[in-house]
Amino acid sequence: MERSREQFIEALEQVSTLEDMQDCSEELRDLLNVAHVVYHWVSSKGEQYGCGTYDTAWVDRYLEQDYLRVDPVISGCYARFHPTDWKQLDWSSKGARAFFKEALEYGVGNQGYSIPMRGPNGQFALFSVNASCDDDTWAEFQTQNHHDLILISHVFNQKALEFEGLADKGPTKGLSPREIDAMSLLAVGYSRAQVAQNLSISEHTLRVYIESARFKLGALNTTHAVARAMQQGYIVV
Amino acid sequence: MIRFVYADQLTELPKLRETMHMDRAWQFKTRLKWDVAVDKDGWESDAYDALNPLYVIWQLPDGAHGGSMRLLPTTSNTMVNDHFLHLTDGVRIESPKIWECTRFCLGPRATPQTAAALMLAGGEVLQGFGLTSFVGVFDARMVRIYKRIGASPEVLGSQGKGRDAISVGLWGFDAAAQARVARQAGLGPQIVRHWFNRAFGHVMRQAA
Repeated sequence: MERSREQFIEALEQVSTLEDMQDCSEELRDLLNVAHVVYHWVSSKGEQYGCGTYDTAWVDRYLEQDYLRVDPVISGCYARFHPTDWKQLDWSSKGARAFFKEALEYGVGNQGYSIPMRGPNGQFALFSVNASCDDDTWAEFQTQNHHDLILISHVFNQKALEFEGLADKGPTKGLSPREIDAMSLLAVGYSRAQVAQNLSISEHTLRVYIESARFKLGALNTTHAVARAMQQGYIVV
Repeated sequence: MIRFVYADQLTELPKLRETMHMDRAWQFKTRLKWDVAVDKDGWESDAYDALNPLYVIWQLPDGAHGGSMRLLPTTSNTMVNDHFLHLTDGVRIESPKIWECTRFCLGPRATPQTAAALMLAGGEVLQGFGLTSFVGVFDARMVRIYKRIGASPEVLGSQGKGRDAISVGLWGFDAAAQARVARQAGLGPQIVRHWFNRAFGHVMRQAA
Protein backbone atom coordinates (compact mmCIF):
# COMPACT_ATOMS: atom_id res chain seq x y z
CA MET A 1 0.00 0.00 0.00
CA GLU A 2 1.16 3.49 -0.79
CA ARG A 3 2.16 5.60 2.14
CA SER A 4 0.84 9.11 2.63
CA ARG A 5 3.22 12.02 2.14
CA GLU A 6 3.38 12.50 5.90
CA GLN A 7 4.40 8.87 6.35
CA PHE A 8 6.89 9.20 3.52
CA ILE A 9 8.62 12.15 5.21
CA GLU A 10 8.77 10.30 8.49
CA ALA A 11 10.32 7.27 6.77
CA LEU A 12 12.85 9.51 4.97
CA GLU A 13 13.87 11.06 8.26
CA GLN A 14 14.63 7.61 9.67
CA VAL A 15 17.05 6.50 6.93
CA SER A 16 20.69 6.18 7.82
CA THR A 17 22.43 5.39 4.53
CA LEU A 18 22.60 6.88 1.07
CA GLU A 19 21.17 3.61 -0.34
CA ASP A 20 18.06 4.00 1.82
CA MET A 21 17.76 7.57 0.62
CA GLN A 22 17.96 6.22 -2.93
CA ASP A 23 15.00 3.91 -2.17
CA CYS A 24 13.11 6.91 -0.83
CA SER A 25 13.65 8.82 -4.07
CA GLU A 26 12.10 5.91 -5.98
CA GLU A 27 9.15 5.80 -3.61
CA LEU A 28 8.65 9.55 -3.95
CA ARG A 29 8.66 9.29 -7.74
CA ASP A 30 5.78 6.80 -7.50
CA LEU A 31 3.93 8.85 -4.88
CA LEU A 32 4.10 11.95 -7.08
CA ASN A 33 3.43 9.94 -10.22
CA VAL A 34 6.25 11.64 -12.14
CA ALA A 35 9.07 10.36 -14.36
CA HIS A 36 11.94 11.25 -12.02
CA VAL A 37 13.01 12.89 -8.80
CA VAL A 38 16.60 13.84 -8.12
CA TYR A 39 18.40 15.26 -5.13
CA HIS A 40 21.76 16.68 -6.08
CA TRP A 41 24.39 18.41 -3.94
CA VAL A 42 27.14 20.21 -5.78
CA SER A 43 30.02 21.34 -3.58
CA SER A 44 31.99 24.50 -4.30
CA LYS A 45 34.73 22.20 -5.65
CA GLY A 46 32.29 20.68 -8.16
CA GLU A 47 31.94 17.38 -6.30
CA GLN A 48 28.54 15.77 -6.71
CA TYR A 49 26.54 13.80 -4.25
CA GLY A 50 22.95 12.66 -4.12
CA CYS A 51 20.33 10.22 -5.21
CA GLY A 52 17.63 9.94 -7.80
CA THR A 53 15.75 7.85 -10.25
CA TYR A 54 17.47 8.64 -13.54
CA ASP A 55 18.65 5.63 -15.53
CA THR A 56 22.19 4.77 -14.39
CA ALA A 57 23.26 4.89 -18.04
CA TRP A 58 22.24 8.57 -18.11
CA VAL A 59 24.01 9.31 -14.82
CA ASP A 60 27.19 7.68 -16.15
CA ARG A 61 26.91 9.53 -19.42
CA TYR A 62 26.29 12.82 -17.55
CA LEU A 63 29.36 12.38 -15.38
CA GLU A 64 31.56 11.09 -18.19
CA GLN A 65 30.65 14.03 -20.46
CA ASP A 66 30.90 16.48 -17.55
CA TYR A 67 27.42 17.78 -18.41
CA LEU A 68 27.47 19.78 -15.19
CA ARG A 69 29.10 22.43 -17.37
CA VAL A 70 26.39 22.35 -20.06
CA ASP A 71 23.20 21.60 -18.09
CA PRO A 72 21.07 24.81 -17.98
CA VAL A 73 19.40 23.50 -14.81
CA ILE A 74 22.76 23.67 -13.04
CA SER A 75 23.94 26.98 -14.52
CA GLY A 76 20.50 28.55 -14.03
CA CYS A 77 20.02 27.37 -10.45
CA TYR A 78 23.55 27.33 -9.06
CA ALA A 79 23.88 29.63 -6.05
CA ARG A 80 20.23 30.72 -6.46
CA PHE A 81 17.41 30.17 -3.98
CA HIS A 82 14.19 30.62 -5.94
CA PRO A 83 12.31 27.62 -7.38
CA THR A 84 12.50 27.38 -11.15
CA ASP A 85 10.44 25.79 -13.89
CA TRP A 86 12.86 24.43 -16.50
CA LYS A 87 11.03 26.48 -19.12
CA GLN A 88 12.35 29.63 -17.43
CA LEU A 89 15.94 28.55 -18.11
CA ASP A 90 18.05 29.45 -21.10
CA TRP A 91 18.10 26.48 -23.50
CA SER A 92 19.06 28.57 -26.51
CA SER A 93 22.68 27.47 -26.94
CA LYS A 94 23.49 24.64 -29.32
CA GLY A 95 25.12 22.67 -26.51
CA ALA A 96 22.08 22.99 -24.27
CA ARG A 97 19.69 21.89 -27.03
CA ALA A 98 21.81 18.85 -27.85
CA PHE A 99 22.01 18.01 -24.15
CA PHE A 100 18.21 18.23 -23.80
CA LYS A 101 17.66 16.02 -26.85
CA GLU A 102 20.04 13.43 -25.50
CA ALA A 103 18.45 13.54 -22.04
CA LEU A 104 15.07 12.73 -23.61
CA GLU A 105 16.62 9.69 -25.30
CA TYR A 106 17.68 8.44 -21.87
CA GLY A 107 14.14 8.72 -20.51
CA VAL A 108 14.29 12.16 -18.91
CA GLY A 109 10.92 13.90 -19.24
CA ASN A 110 10.41 17.15 -21.15
CA GLN A 111 9.21 19.09 -18.09
CA GLY A 112 11.08 19.93 -14.94
CA TYR A 113 10.85 21.91 -11.74
CA SER A 114 13.90 22.55 -9.59
CA ILE A 115 14.22 23.83 -6.06
CA PRO A 116 17.66 25.22 -5.27
CA MET A 117 18.50 25.08 -1.58
CA ARG A 118 20.80 27.07 0.61
CA GLY A 119 22.08 25.28 3.70
CA PRO A 120 24.53 26.29 6.43
CA ASN A 121 27.52 28.34 5.28
CA GLY A 122 26.30 28.74 1.75
CA GLN A 123 25.87 25.01 1.01
CA PHE A 124 24.15 24.53 -2.36
CA ALA A 125 21.88 21.65 -3.30
CA LEU A 126 19.22 21.10 -5.90
CA PHE A 127 16.07 19.03 -5.87
CA SER A 128 14.34 18.39 -9.19
CA VAL A 129 11.14 16.75 -10.28
CA ASN A 130 10.78 15.71 -13.88
CA ALA A 131 7.89 14.48 -16.01
CA SER A 132 6.64 13.98 -19.54
CA CYS A 133 3.51 16.04 -20.11
CA ASP A 134 2.19 19.21 -21.71
CA ASP A 135 2.66 22.71 -20.30
CA ASP A 136 -0.80 23.04 -18.76
CA THR A 137 -0.56 19.71 -16.95
CA TRP A 138 2.85 20.70 -15.64
CA ALA A 139 1.61 24.10 -14.45
CA GLU A 140 -1.21 22.38 -12.60
CA PHE A 141 1.22 19.87 -11.06
CA GLN A 142 3.35 22.73 -9.72
CA THR A 143 0.38 24.55 -8.25
CA GLN A 144 -0.76 21.38 -6.51
CA ASN A 145 2.63 20.27 -5.22
CA HIS A 146 4.90 23.29 -4.88
CA HIS A 147 4.35 23.65 -1.13
CA ASP A 148 4.98 19.96 -0.29
CA LEU A 149 7.95 19.74 -2.64
CA ILE A 150 9.71 22.63 -0.93
CA LEU A 151 9.42 20.86 2.39
CA ILE A 152 10.36 17.42 1.04
CA SER A 153 13.40 18.80 -0.81
CA HIS A 154 14.68 20.26 2.45
CA VAL A 155 14.20 16.95 4.27
CA PHE A 156 16.43 15.31 1.62
CA ASN A 157 18.99 18.05 2.11
CA GLN A 158 18.85 17.80 5.88
CA LYS A 159 19.54 14.07 5.59
CA ALA A 160 22.51 14.64 3.29
CA LEU A 161 23.93 17.26 5.66
CA GLU A 162 23.52 14.77 8.49
CA PHE A 163 25.36 12.03 6.55
CA GLU A 164 28.19 14.44 5.87
CA GLY A 165 28.31 15.52 9.50
CA LEU A 166 27.36 19.08 8.58
CA ALA A 167 23.86 19.31 10.03
CA ASP A 168 23.28 21.71 12.87
CA LYS A 169 22.68 19.63 15.92
CA GLY A 170 21.74 20.55 19.44
CA PRO A 171 19.79 23.47 20.78
CA THR A 172 19.92 25.69 17.68
CA LYS A 173 17.93 23.11 15.74
CA GLY A 174 15.26 22.58 18.39
CA LEU A 175 12.13 24.60 19.00
CA SER A 176 12.33 27.68 21.17
CA PRO A 177 10.06 28.00 24.24
CA ARG A 178 7.90 30.45 22.28
CA GLU A 179 7.33 27.96 19.45
CA ILE A 180 6.62 25.22 21.97
CA ASP A 181 3.99 27.45 23.64
CA ALA A 182 2.33 28.08 20.29
CA MET A 183 2.33 24.38 19.37
CA SER A 184 1.00 23.38 22.80
CA LEU A 185 -1.95 25.76 22.61
CA LEU A 186 -2.77 24.60 19.08
CA ALA A 187 -2.58 21.01 20.30
CA VAL A 188 -5.24 21.56 22.94
CA GLY A 189 -7.55 22.97 20.31
CA TYR A 190 -7.15 26.74 20.56
CA SER A 191 -7.84 28.68 17.38
CA ARG A 192 -5.03 30.76 15.90
CA ALA A 193 -6.72 33.92 17.14
CA GLN A 194 -6.90 32.52 20.67
CA VAL A 195 -3.27 31.38 20.60
CA ALA A 196 -2.13 34.79 19.38
CA GLN A 197 -4.10 36.52 22.09
CA ASN A 198 -2.79 34.14 24.73
CA LEU A 199 0.82 34.77 23.73
CA SER A 200 0.22 38.53 23.26
CA ILE A 201 1.40 38.45 19.67
CA SER A 202 -0.33 39.25 16.40
CA GLU A 203 -1.68 36.54 14.13
CA HIS A 204 1.00 37.36 11.55
CA THR A 205 3.75 36.81 14.14
CA LEU A 206 2.07 33.57 15.15
CA ARG A 207 1.95 32.51 11.52
CA VAL A 208 5.71 33.07 11.23
CA TYR A 209 6.38 31.10 14.44
CA ILE A 210 4.22 28.24 13.18
CA GLU A 211 5.87 28.32 9.74
CA SER A 212 9.31 28.22 11.33
CA ALA A 213 8.34 25.39 13.71
CA ARG A 214 6.73 23.48 10.84
CA PHE A 215 9.96 23.60 8.86
CA LYS A 216 12.10 22.53 11.83
CA LEU A 217 9.72 19.64 12.53
CA GLY A 218 9.65 18.55 8.89
CA ALA A 219 5.87 18.88 8.75
CA LEU A 220 3.66 19.49 5.73
CA ASN A 221 1.03 21.55 7.54
CA THR A 222 0.06 22.82 10.99
CA THR A 223 -1.82 19.67 12.03
CA HIS A 224 1.14 17.54 11.01
CA ALA A 225 3.48 19.92 12.88
CA VAL A 226 1.45 19.59 16.09
CA ALA A 227 1.46 15.79 15.75
CA ARG A 228 5.20 15.74 15.20
CA ALA A 229 5.88 18.11 18.08
CA MET A 230 4.02 15.68 20.35
CA GLN A 231 5.74 12.66 18.83
CA GLN A 232 9.17 14.21 19.32
CA GLY A 233 8.36 15.07 22.91
CA TYR A 234 8.40 18.85 22.52
CA ILE A 235 4.91 19.20 23.89
CA VAL A 236 2.88 17.24 26.37
CA VAL A 237 -0.85 17.61 26.34
CA MET B 1 13.17 50.61 -13.06
CA ILE B 2 13.47 47.69 -10.66
CA ARG B 3 16.23 45.14 -11.11
CA PHE B 4 16.14 41.77 -9.36
CA VAL B 5 19.76 40.60 -9.38
CA TYR B 6 21.82 38.06 -7.51
CA ALA B 7 25.23 39.27 -6.35
CA ASP B 8 27.03 37.17 -8.98
CA GLN B 9 24.93 38.81 -11.73
CA LEU B 10 25.58 42.28 -10.34
CA THR B 11 29.25 42.04 -11.31
CA GLU B 12 28.04 42.45 -14.91
CA LEU B 13 26.51 45.80 -13.96
CA PRO B 14 29.57 47.55 -12.49
CA LYS B 15 28.05 51.03 -12.24
CA LEU B 16 24.96 49.77 -10.44
CA ARG B 17 27.09 47.65 -8.11
CA GLU B 18 29.52 50.43 -7.27
CA THR B 19 26.86 53.08 -6.64
CA MET B 20 24.84 50.69 -4.49
CA HIS B 21 27.75 49.98 -2.16
CA MET B 22 28.67 53.67 -2.02
CA ASP B 23 25.10 54.74 -1.30
CA ARG B 24 24.95 52.14 1.44
CA ALA B 25 28.11 53.63 2.99
CA TRP B 26 26.48 57.06 2.83
CA GLN B 27 23.23 55.89 4.41
CA PHE B 28 24.47 53.46 7.06
CA LYS B 29 27.83 54.99 8.03
CA THR B 30 27.52 58.70 7.32
CA ARG B 31 23.86 59.34 8.05
CA LEU B 32 22.76 56.63 10.47
CA LYS B 33 26.22 56.22 12.05
CA TRP B 34 25.92 52.44 12.19
CA ASP B 35 29.04 50.52 13.04
CA VAL B 36 29.55 49.17 9.52
CA ALA B 37 32.76 48.56 7.57
CA VAL B 38 33.55 50.87 4.65
CA ASP B 39 36.56 49.95 2.53
CA LYS B 40 39.17 52.21 0.90
CA ASP B 41 37.00 52.63 -2.21
CA GLY B 42 34.12 53.87 -0.07
CA TRP B 43 32.05 50.68 -0.37
CA GLU B 44 29.96 49.36 2.48
CA SER B 45 29.56 45.59 2.47
CA ASP B 46 29.41 42.81 5.03
CA ALA B 47 29.63 39.02 5.31
CA TYR B 48 26.08 38.57 4.00
CA ASP B 49 26.93 40.22 0.69
CA ALA B 50 29.40 37.36 0.23
CA LEU B 51 26.55 34.78 0.39
CA ASN B 52 25.22 35.65 -3.06
CA PRO B 53 22.06 37.42 -1.88
CA LEU B 54 19.29 38.55 -4.20
CA TYR B 55 19.22 42.35 -4.45
CA VAL B 56 16.11 44.30 -5.34
CA ILE B 57 17.37 47.58 -6.76
CA TRP B 58 15.73 50.74 -8.04
CA GLN B 59 17.92 51.72 -10.98
CA LEU B 60 17.98 55.37 -12.07
CA PRO B 61 17.76 56.28 -15.77
CA ASP B 62 21.54 56.86 -15.92
CA GLY B 63 22.17 53.31 -14.69
CA ALA B 64 23.09 54.26 -11.12
CA HIS B 65 21.60 52.99 -7.88
CA GLY B 66 18.57 54.82 -6.46
CA GLY B 67 17.67 52.48 -3.61
CA SER B 68 17.84 48.81 -2.74
CA MET B 69 17.30 45.96 -0.35
CA ARG B 70 18.96 42.60 0.14
CA LEU B 71 17.22 39.23 0.40
CA LEU B 72 18.50 35.92 1.78
CA PRO B 73 16.68 32.68 2.65
CA THR B 74 16.43 31.95 6.37
CA THR B 75 17.56 28.34 5.84
CA SER B 76 21.15 29.61 5.73
CA ASN B 77 22.98 32.33 7.66
CA THR B 78 20.93 35.42 8.40
CA MET B 79 21.52 38.52 10.43
CA VAL B 80 18.40 37.96 12.55
CA ASN B 81 19.33 34.39 13.53
CA ASP B 82 23.05 35.12 13.91
CA HIS B 83 22.79 38.31 15.97
CA PHE B 84 19.27 39.23 17.06
CA LEU B 85 17.74 36.15 18.67
CA HIS B 86 17.15 38.20 21.82
CA LEU B 87 14.68 40.29 19.81
CA THR B 88 12.63 37.36 18.52
CA ASP B 89 11.85 35.80 21.90
CA GLY B 90 14.63 33.33 21.14
CA VAL B 91 12.85 31.97 18.06
CA ARG B 92 15.24 31.04 15.26
CA ILE B 93 13.15 32.07 12.30
CA GLU B 94 13.99 29.48 9.74
CA SER B 95 11.96 28.35 6.74
CA PRO B 96 12.32 28.26 2.96
CA LYS B 97 9.11 30.30 2.90
CA ILE B 98 10.50 33.16 4.98
CA TRP B 99 13.33 35.29 3.61
CA GLU B 100 15.35 37.93 5.37
CA CYS B 101 15.30 41.47 4.07
CA THR B 102 18.18 43.72 5.19
CA ARG B 103 20.15 46.84 4.16
CA PHE B 104 17.08 48.72 3.00
CA CYS B 105 18.85 51.70 1.48
CA LEU B 106 17.65 54.92 -0.10
CA GLY B 107 20.36 56.75 -2.00
CA PRO B 108 20.78 60.56 -2.08
CA ARG B 109 18.80 60.72 -5.33
CA ALA B 110 15.88 58.62 -4.06
CA THR B 111 12.46 60.25 -4.35
CA PRO B 112 9.52 59.54 -2.04
CA GLN B 113 8.38 57.03 -4.67
CA THR B 114 11.61 55.01 -4.53
CA ALA B 115 10.95 53.39 -1.14
CA ALA B 116 7.42 52.48 -2.20
CA ALA B 117 8.64 51.01 -5.49
CA LEU B 118 11.10 48.81 -3.59
CA MET B 119 8.38 47.62 -1.24
CA LEU B 120 6.11 46.88 -4.17
CA ALA B 121 8.91 44.84 -5.72
CA GLY B 122 9.39 43.02 -2.41
CA GLY B 123 5.70 42.14 -2.46
CA GLU B 124 6.14 40.78 -5.97
CA VAL B 125 8.91 38.49 -4.69
CA LEU B 126 6.66 37.27 -1.85
CA GLN B 127 3.81 36.51 -4.22
CA GLY B 128 5.90 35.22 -7.09
CA PHE B 129 7.76 32.66 -4.98
CA GLY B 130 4.89 31.76 -2.64
CA LEU B 131 6.62 33.12 0.49
CA THR B 132 4.75 33.93 3.67
CA SER B 133 6.85 36.83 4.98
CA PHE B 134 10.09 38.76 5.11
CA VAL B 135 11.87 39.18 8.40
CA GLY B 136 14.33 42.01 8.87
CA VAL B 137 16.36 44.26 11.13
CA PHE B 138 15.75 47.98 10.93
CA ASP B 139 16.61 51.29 12.51
CA ALA B 140 14.10 53.56 14.33
CA ARG B 141 14.48 56.17 11.62
CA MET B 142 13.16 53.78 9.01
CA VAL B 143 9.88 53.40 10.90
CA ARG B 144 8.65 56.74 9.58
CA ILE B 145 9.56 55.84 6.01
CA TYR B 146 7.86 52.45 6.16
CA LYS B 147 4.80 54.08 7.65
CA ARG B 148 4.64 56.76 4.98
CA ILE B 149 4.69 54.23 2.16
CA GLY B 150 2.01 52.14 3.87
CA ALA B 151 4.21 49.12 4.59
CA SER B 152 4.91 49.20 8.31
CA PRO B 153 6.50 46.01 9.60
CA GLU B 154 5.18 44.21 12.60
CA VAL B 155 7.76 44.62 15.34
CA LEU B 156 8.85 41.40 17.06
CA GLY B 157 11.25 43.08 19.43
CA SER B 158 13.44 46.17 19.89
CA GLN B 159 16.59 47.15 21.70
CA GLY B 160 17.67 50.70 22.56
CA LYS B 161 15.56 53.81 22.89
CA GLY B 162 14.35 56.57 20.60
CA ARG B 163 16.50 57.21 17.55
CA ASP B 164 18.95 54.48 18.55
CA ALA B 165 16.36 51.71 18.68
CA ILE B 166 17.01 48.69 16.49
CA SER B 167 14.12 46.35 15.82
CA VAL B 168 13.35 43.03 14.21
CA GLY B 169 10.14 43.06 12.23
CA LEU B 170 7.99 41.11 9.81
CA TRP B 171 6.45 42.12 6.52
CA GLY B 172 3.58 40.32 4.90
CA PHE B 173 1.87 41.61 1.80
CA ASP B 174 -1.84 41.35 1.14
CA ALA B 175 -3.88 42.90 -1.66
CA ALA B 176 -4.75 45.94 0.47
CA ALA B 177 -1.09 46.63 1.28
CA GLN B 178 -0.20 46.19 -2.37
CA ALA B 179 -2.80 48.75 -3.47
CA ARG B 180 -1.61 51.20 -0.80
CA VAL B 181 2.04 50.87 -1.70
CA ALA B 182 1.35 50.98 -5.44
CA ARG B 183 -0.43 54.33 -4.97
CA GLN B 184 2.58 55.69 -3.10
CA ALA B 185 4.98 54.37 -5.72
CA GLY B 186 2.97 55.80 -8.58
CA LEU B 187 3.44 52.48 -10.36
CA GLY B 188 0.97 49.88 -11.50
CA PRO B 189 1.53 46.36 -10.19
CA GLN B 190 1.68 45.19 -13.84
CA ILE B 191 4.91 47.05 -14.53
CA VAL B 192 6.55 45.57 -11.44
CA ARG B 193 5.41 42.13 -12.54
CA HIS B 194 6.90 42.82 -15.97
CA TRP B 195 10.29 43.58 -14.37
CA PHE B 196 10.00 40.50 -12.19
CA ASN B 197 9.21 38.28 -15.18
CA ARG B 198 12.11 39.77 -17.10
CA ALA B 199 14.44 38.73 -14.28
CA PHE B 200 13.03 35.28 -13.54
CA GLY B 201 10.99 34.27 -16.55
CA HIS B 202 7.26 33.80 -16.30
CA VAL B 203 6.98 32.29 -12.87
CA MET B 204 3.98 30.14 -12.01
CA ARG B 205 2.05 32.01 -9.33
CA GLN B 206 2.00 29.89 -6.19
CA ALA B 207 -0.40 30.17 -3.33
CA ALA B 208 1.44 31.28 -0.20
